[in-house]
Amino acid sequence: MRIAGKGLVSHNRTVNFSFNGKDYMGLEGDTLASALLANDVHLVGRSFKYHRPRGILTAGSEEPNALVSTGKGAARDPNIRATQQELFEGLAAQSQNCWPSVERDVMAVNDLAAPFLGAGFYYKTFMWPAPLWEKLYEPIIRRAAGLGALSGAANKDPYEKAFAFCDLLVIGSGPAGLMAALTAGRAGADVILAEDDSRMGGRLLAEVEEVDGKPVHVWVAEALAELEAMDNVRLMPRTAVTGVYDHGTYSALERVSHHLPPSQSLKTAHRPRECFWRIAAKASVLAAGAIERPIAFRNNDRPGIMMAGAVRAYLNRWGVAPGERITVFANNDDAHRTARDLVAEGVHVTAVIDSRHDAPDSGEFPVIKGAMICDSAGRHRLESVTIRSVNGEEKLQTDCLAVSGGWNPSVHLTCHMGARPEWNRELAAFLPKPDAVPGMVVAGAANGVFSTYGALQDGAQAAITALAGIGTSVDAVPLPEASDAPYRISPLWAVPGKGRAWLDFQNDVTVKDVAQAARENFRSVEHMKRYTTQGMATDQGKNSNVAALAVLADATGRSIAETGVTTFRPPFVPTSIAAMGAGAEDQGFMPQRYLTSHKASLQRGAANIEVGLWYRASYFAKDGESTWRQSCDREVTMVRNAVGVCDVSTLGKIDIQGPDAAKLLDLVYTNLFSTLKLGRVRYGLMLREDGFVMDDGTTARLGENHYVMTTTTAAAGQVMAHLEYLTQVVRPDFDVRFTSVTDQWAQFSVAGPKARDLIDALVDEDVNSETFPFMACGAITVSGVAGRLFRISFSGEHAYEIAVPARYGEALYRLLLERADPLGGGPYGMEALNVLRIEKGFITHSEINGTVTAFDLGMQGLVSKKKSCWGKALSERDGLMDDDRMRLVGLKPVGAMQALSAGAHLFDPDATVERVNDLGYVTSVGFSPTLGHMIGLAMLSGGPDRMGDTIRLVDHTRGIDTLCEVVNPVFFDPEGGRVRG
Amino acid sequence: MRITCPLCGARDHREFTYKGAALPVPALDSGVAEWDAHVHLRENPAGPHEELWQHAMGCGAWLKVRRNTVSHEILAVELAQDAGLVIKEDRS
Amino acid sequence: MGFSGKFSGWRVLKEGLTGNKGWTAHWRDPEPKREYDVVIVGGGGHGLATAYYLAKEHGLRNIAVLEKGYIGGGNVGRNTTIVRANYYLPGNSEFYSHSLKLWEGMEQDLNYNAMMSQRGILNVFHNDGQRDAAVRRANSIINQGDDAEILYRDQLKKLVPFLNYDNNRFPIMGALLQRRAGTARHDAVAWGFARGADQYGVDLIQNCEVTGIDVEGGKVTGVQTARGPIKAKKVALAAAGRSGQVAAMAGLTLPIESHVLQAFVSEGLKPVIDHVITFAAGHLYISQSDKGGLVFGGNLDFYSSYAARGNLPTQEHVMEAITAMVPAVTKARLLRSWGGIMDMTPDGSPIIDTTPIDGLYLNAGWCYGGFKATPASGDCFAHLIATGRPHEAATRFKLDRFRSGYGLMDEEGTGAQHNLH
Repeated sequence: MRIAGKGLVSHNRTVNFSFNGKDYMGLEGDTLASALLANDVHLVGRSFKYHRPRGILTAGSEEPNALVSTGKGAARDPNIRATQQELFEGLAAQSQNCWPSVERDVMAVNDLAAPFLGAGFYYKTFMWPAPLWEKLYEPIIRRAAGLGALSGAANKDPYEKAFAFCDLLVIGSGPAGLMAALTAGRAGADVILAEDDSRMGGRLLAEVEEVDGKPVHVWVAEALAELEAMDNVRLMPRTAVTGVYDHGTYSALERVSHHLPPSQSLKTAHRPRECFWRIAAKASVLAAGAIERPIAFRNNDRPGIMMAGAVRAYLNRWGVAPGERITVFANNDDAHRTARDLVAEGVHVTAVIDSRHDAPDSGEFPVIKGAMICDSAGRHRLESVTIRSVNGEEKLQTDCLAVSGGWNPSVHLTCHMGARPEWNRELAAFLPKPDAVPGMVVAGAANGVFSTYGALQDGAQAAITALAGIGTSVDAVPLPEASDAPYRISPLWAVPGKGRAWLDFQNDVTVKDVAQAARENFRSVEHMKRYTTQGMATDQGKNSNVAALAVLADATGRSIAETGVTTFRPPFVPTSIAAMGAGAEDQGFMPQRYLTSHKASLQRGAANIEVGLWYRASYFAKDGESTWRQSCDREVTMVRNAVGVCDVSTLGKIDIQGPDAAKLLDLVYTNLFSTLKLGRVRYGLMLREDGFVMDDGTTARLGENHYVMTTTTAAAGQVMAHLEYLTQVVRPDFDVRFTSVTDQWAQFSVAGPKARDLIDALVDEDVNSETFPFMACGAITVSGVAGRLFRISFSGEHAYEIAVPARYGEALYRLLLERADPLGGGPYGMEALNVLRIEKGFITHSEINGTVTAFDLGMQGLVSKKKSCWGKALSERDGLMDDDRMRLVGLKPVGAMQALSAGAHLFDPDATVERVNDLGYVTSVGFSPTLGHMIGLAMLSGGPDRMGDTIRLVDHTRGIDTLCEVVNPVFFDPEGGRVRG
Repeated sequence: MRITCPLCGARDHREFTYKGAALPVPALDSGVAEWDAHVHLRENPAGPHEELWQHAMGCGAWLKVRRNTVSHEILAVELAQDAGLVIKEDRS
Repeated sequence: MGFSGKFSGWRVLKEGLTGNKGWTAHWRDPEPKREYDVVIVGGGGHGLATAYYLAKEHGLRNIAVLEKGYIGGGNVGRNTTIVRANYYLPGNSEFYSHSLKLWEGMEQDLNYNAMMSQRGILNVFHNDGQRDAAVRRANSIINQGDDAEILYRDQLKKLVPFLNYDNNRFPIMGALLQRRAGTARHDAVAWGFARGADQYGVDLIQNCEVTGIDVEGGKVTGVQTARGPIKAKKVALAAAGRSGQVAAMAGLTLPIESHVLQAFVSEGLKPVIDHVITFAAGHLYISQSDKGGLVFGGNLDFYSSYAARGNLPTQEHVMEAITAMVPAVTKARLLRSWGGIMDMTPDGSPIIDTTPIDGLYLNAGWCYGGFKATPASGDCFAHLIATGRPHEAATRFKLDRFRSGYGLMDEEGTGAQHNLH
């Protein structure tokens, strides 16, 4: 029921919305919850297990009951808190976890079976017969579980992530937070004030009182205006600080456009739905307030039973009375304010039921002292409560019950780094442990300071303390006058009696469940939580945990302090995966690296594949070629017979210079590089410190103290970091400098019998067997551009790699192809490159997979005996020199079935196919058009000793079971005549 | 976590990579036992721990960081090149 | 049957009709005795399973499990509940195969429903290299006698249509499917073994931190605890996450570094993901619990830590991977994140072995394979403790393999840096 003119809503601006398909009207400034209450809608959802009717309990993000779905199609957003969702024109929301409707939910039958569905019942049944778990029991349980439903379609809404930095992060904008921000802001500190709510002011927005002689919301507005005018203060409403991490790092979620109609937000207005913030703050003030807690009694879960502070908030902030005959049930003075404010607005208050015998009297409403509510009635809406007092039990007609079991300071964020809060008997609440988070000072209700004046004072002092911690001294600011009423409470957790009294409203955990858990020896608070699911709902126990552990303490005969709390974990409020993962949608997950030849390749029909972060041409389809194999076979033949051009710029290139460059190479490579002559290139192998092969590649000596190392594409980063490790940690005395030049140089392989013709005609210098013999390198110019030429080959053909600064890469690639075409050549891709290298027995990371040694690869000869090198010591472990290790061999098919398969395993032909007989596996295969059959490389136990043997190759997944011959891995031109020619 | 690189200042730890315990490097020819201990065995303390990080997404500097493995408090940072972990001389 | 009686559907009905008053403690809380035949340090999944199998398979009764906090409070209570046998290297192959078989009969054996759900695990691959590695793995699994299938794009699409197949930085090519793999309710595994062990008379001693290991003349004689000294003929360490500290009490230095692995759960949602799905492109695994929460995780936080809490960059990377691969679930909200402390070894594989100290046994180094190993780890460790010989499914989990170089099990090929597995 709306109260005309009351609250901070705009009474003359109506907003149309719908709930469960029915149209309603609310006001600007409403939340969905306040608008529903104004329309007298109380039944909004169903509980998780028993599908009990659920109404609005709170007025904040801690709401456990009023979770709804909003949006349509792919934009559907499940589990939206109605208490947090601001109303906008056209908002359509639906109840969840109910079918066919929230009024008539067939699953409510679960409630009748409740005696059999108590704490942990599922651990004790559904075991026989075993297969029925997956077939019958689990599907039923799964369907019944869960709250909202995802749309099933990809989320297309925009989200963002951002970083922010400040001197002081103030979390919460109630009296403590505002004073902290004012104090720090006036002193010139960089301040971020983050507030979960859409409107700043915190609890002050929900109260009727005076601050500085003005109505409280006027004081709030003035304070905000002052803060807004400061350049050094950033106000962040709708922003929940979700986590506290090491060294002043905080995470926060800003709901940027949840409050706007889709037409005014999202892509059209370039507003993300949410933004996930990473805030680096030198210091922080936690002024997150407190959360009111219910009292457990029989049937305390009906719609219409609400928190007393929430009832007051709906009245004072939104001008809504959630009932016509409201009753208050409390164990503290604060809840009496709810009755007072209601009466002041002419709402009928039936009584305040206070469990304390010394509760204060009121002239405005009846106070029944030393009494409790022990039951309630009403199916979809509260109709009556039963009061138990010294006079016995008595029914009272009421349509709304405002409950307060006291307030729990919001200590959550103080616990994210492992601290546990401390029990305070006087306040009957957990308070933050001092200095729980380095640099964080807690103030106001979060710190157990509940009066307005106390919070103002505490907030101002907290800012001074926090800033002093980072060496900034700040003057005290004058404090406004405000109420300093004491907070008086006498603990009451659960009203004794029969029946089910709820603790966790969403997960349907009752006092009985906790008591049963204790009886079954789940006495640790963690055991109780895990056994009953108490506190595991979407509110993570914000409303219920303290009462539940008080009940557990009682059941186990321990104090609350001894019983302790479960662990508070981030995030403080549930945070969408989309916000935390923003930027990764579609192609955004990893950087994309494109070659300079990319566009030209595509024009030549390239099919691209991802190679690490790079895109490379897989093959170049020509007219008439319908499969990749046709293209690949043609390209291999082209390289073997004419000339092929391939962009190899993805290989890591490291430019190394300095007097000790050769020493570094001798340290990192297994073989000698200090003997490498100027103008020559050498192949090298490098080991990890554990003796396994890290990478291979060539290094060219371009000058007296100048080398260029190439690495494989995959290991480029690892090798760079390794060199930095060796030169900074192991040998800082080396006088050497190096840098990655992978992106600075475009490099192309030109391979084939006509490679020299092409290169010689292209570059300004003479290229012949004298000037550029095999494994030579040197400076050249191409059309006036200074470049480099390397006479190296990964195909076994007479080949070059020609490099120019990357800005000339595309031009050179086009030029190379233009010159190759008339020679019968052209581009070749990764598929052909792979076949060419398998024909030659050259290895890639298919073979160097991190578990092979130089010995395994037959490259022990490359491990110099003249010097030591990095990784050599552990490479000489007995187990790594064992002849039975899997070692590199070539395979070629014998018999009828000519298929080989990468990933197949190898067996003796007469052995059974089982693990114990496993001799190895196939690393790489390809069809060799040169040889006319499949060839493969494999790691085979004792491989080199089995040359000429027949071996059985089995790939279950591809249905291949065939015989192969073990052969030398160099299939083609083993003498190497072509490469030197 | 934020680590203060001596060259770049305080940076988010996503700019850094971690290698492990900061241990003096044995001589290349000191044999399997010493290298086994260096590469594999770890004191693995719950408390202050000296470890190697690299400011890989920044200046590339390797750092020796003294950090509490329980609280994550960073007690000291220095350039690894000054940390005296250098390899021992070969015996031969 | 023991203290808490036999569990069954009938019992649930009967107790329900009589006010659920008949349920009693699932295990006792005994005072520690002065001496035991075997003291197991660590009341997590592995310690409890070890006690259970020592009693059940080897007839020992005088056993204590000493737990610093509450039983099941370590990694068995903070993981992503995945059970699988899809390893490919000798050692791991036979061990996890044995484990999966034990899982399949465990609930009936323990009379405790751990909700073992063989919903299948899909290891999605994105390119030829990953495909070939998946084929190699699948063949290893089949050669071991377990099930594996390679699904290509179209087959996978029928099974899990909601993945981002096309407009993805790394398009999806296919997946390795193991149908017998799945998930289990992690806490219930610990509780089931605890109740089972208790029924054999094993003393489960909670809030009993071990503060010292007594060794005389190279032989173990007992332990010092927060609740006084306890003598023992044999001491078995199963304190993953704290293995280094516990072993140090006996003067041992282990090849282990402790690291944080985070895990995440979303708010409850109606069923959407029916399998466990992992992605090769982004270190992501995701499934949905029977309660409706998406359960997911990724890589380590990468630095040594005992803090059992995670960092933001890793969290964001995991969410980014979901955003890229499974954009249909990104409206789900992260509800809770947590961190467990992993014993990381130089090859990513565990240790079940004797030690240089007579009577001191070591079960450690589970990296993040510990949960799925629970029953086999208990069975094999119990076998070693009782007989002095390794169980045939765990002959390769040697403590000295890093020094000898024999039998290294580096499934990812990332080398000896502890945090890279």
